[in-house]
Amino acid sequence: MTEVFQQLINGLALGAIYGLIALGYTMVYGVLRFINFAHGDVFMLGAFAGYFFAPAVNRFLPAQSYLGGALVLIASMAVCALIGMVIEFLAYRPLRNRPKLTVLITAIGVSLLIEYTCQHAAVFGAAPRKFPDLIPATTWHVGGLVIASTQVIVLVTTLSLLIALRFIVQKTKVGTAMRAVSFNEQAAVLMGVNLNRIISFTFGLGSALAAAGGILYAMNYSSIEPLMGVQTGLKAFVAAVVGGIGNLPGAALGGLILGIVETFAGGIPGLSNYRDGIAFAILILILLFRPSGLLGKPQIEKV
Amino acid sequence: MNSGAKRWLLVAVAAAMAVSYFSAQFNRYYLGIVIDIGINIILAVSLNLINGHTGQFSLGHAGFMAVGGYTAAKITLTMQTILPPWAHPLLFLVALLLGGGLAALAGLAVGVPTLRLRGDYLAIVTLGFGEIIRVFFQTTEAFGAATGLTGIPHWTTFAWAWSLAALTVFVVGCLVSSTYGRGFLAVHDDEVAAGAMGINPVRYKVTAFVIGAFFAGIAGGLYAHHKQFLSPGGFDFMKSIDIVVMVILGGMGRTAGVIVAAVLLTLLPEVLRGFADYRMIIYSLLIIVLMIARPQGLFAFRRQRN
Repeated sequence: MTEVFQQLINGLALGAIYGLIALGYTMVYGVLRFINFAHGDVFMLGAFAGYFFAPAVNRFLPAQSYLGGALVLIASMAVCALIGMVIEFLAYRPLRNRPKLTVLITAIGVSLLIEYTCQHAAVFGAAPRKFPDLIPATTWHVGGLVIASTQVIVLVTTLSLLIALRFIVQKTKVGTAMRAVSFNEQAAVLMGVNLNRIISFTFGLGSALAAAGGILYAMNYSSIEPLMGVQTGLKAFVAAVVGGIGNLPGAALGGLILGIVETFAGGIPGLSNYRDGIAFAILILILLFRPSGLLGKPQIEKV
Repeated sequence: MNSGAKRWLLVAVAAAMAVSYFSAQFNRYYLGIVIDIGINIILAVSLNLINGHTGQFSLGHAGFMAVGGYTAAKITLTMQTILPPWAHPLLFLVALLLGGGLAALAGLAVGVPTLRLRGDYLAIVTLGFGEIIRVFFQTTEAFGAATGLTGIPHWTTFAWAWSLAALTVFVVGCLVSSTYGRGFLAVHDDEVAAGAMGINPVRYKVTAFVIGAFFAGIAGGLYAHHKQFLSPGGFDFMKSIDIVVMVILGGMGRTAGVIVAAVLLTLLPEVLRGFADYRMIIYSLLIIVLMIARPQGLFAFRRQRN
């Protein structure tokens, strides 16, 4: 029984990270209706931004302090928000009214460009690097369970970011505009919504969440490399589809489900080898029985 | 048209065999690249049937290729010691066909459940299937697991690769220009309208997947007996993207363009070998610039219907 709870905690931590990345996929899909394949790479850039910010922050704050960790997190989120906006401006904006397939292929191109540029020896290099400990590393033992401080931080950070996101999307003017664009782009434009600004903002917001996911991931697994976003990004995208793409609570839910199932599967001897395939198996099952995802609304096709 | 096409097929096969007869005279490195080109033409033209002509979006072609490659390699590896050397070409043919057949079955398995999905969703599910197939080969001991299969006989000659490439072009070309095959284009243009005209979109989509997967499986078998080594890492998502880029670059649904693109994209990394560090960066930049500047493909000069 203890083991089940232990796996549940590990799964929640992983699932929270998947959820954070999935939110970016789902938000971009909501406003632009395309899969931003480069999102997983923004997640990677977030982790690397944290890697380079950590020593800078340590200059005026003691190493491994909660305040320092928070500063690194915020700085990386800001940098990645900017990167996300630049990607949208340079690569996706010229293709705004083109067929979706064209944009999809461009997104794949952007993803490859980031990966190969970062693997180049003059940038980050292909070798994995050790991520510095941002916060005091302690473990608590609660009734046989082992809980790491990083896991608690993952859950607390994710929860606060989700609340902040919910506030932005539901209560602010720009959030209302985002929802309007997602609901009906043309009508939103007629109502005076500045489409370019909203799309840019959405990319910034999604990329900031991906950066947060990257830092939390790096804190938990302590090793980062330029291709870390490929598999994680794909799985986070699966999480977004499982939850119902375009649906924010769905993305978080999908992430949690995926993280928990994957962690449990990793603990079962016969299944552990298939860990990487499980996300996709869940995806196919969900799409077969509920093509619009767990929380998504079915779309009616009009002729 | 058909008898003319058949004549061209015979000429192409004869030419492939004639060139192959003298292949010992050629530089091995260049010969290897030329065989690579033949294999890539099979992959690109078969994916073009699914993505171009039928208008579906499959990101799992490498998965079908893996099924064909591993099946063919496993068959030749177990049978080649039992059979006398003179039977080896026949064994190779049977292995290729069985590889293609199993890949076609995999195509059926992907096609049937995913019919309800379109566009992005289909892309993701095919991607998922491709990954599952890769994970399967990566964990199955009988297929060498993560280390892969080694010691596969070097049986893919110029004649094999290019005859089969010609055959693929012939079959896909005849299929699409036949009365039956017009249905693929109808499904591509408007699924609902095609359905209303009595064309069963479901059947056409499955057919496209099965035939496309069959040839991808054959290409996988050729690949296995060309490189003499198979590893699951070679059939990941990136390999599928490479094939998709060939189709996009050539212009979706344009066989001639797709063939030219397959040739160019196989040569490009070799030409860029001098800039080893930068070649993948150049490659990805090329995709982005191309999509912004010429989304209809490099070799599509007529305006495409919308």
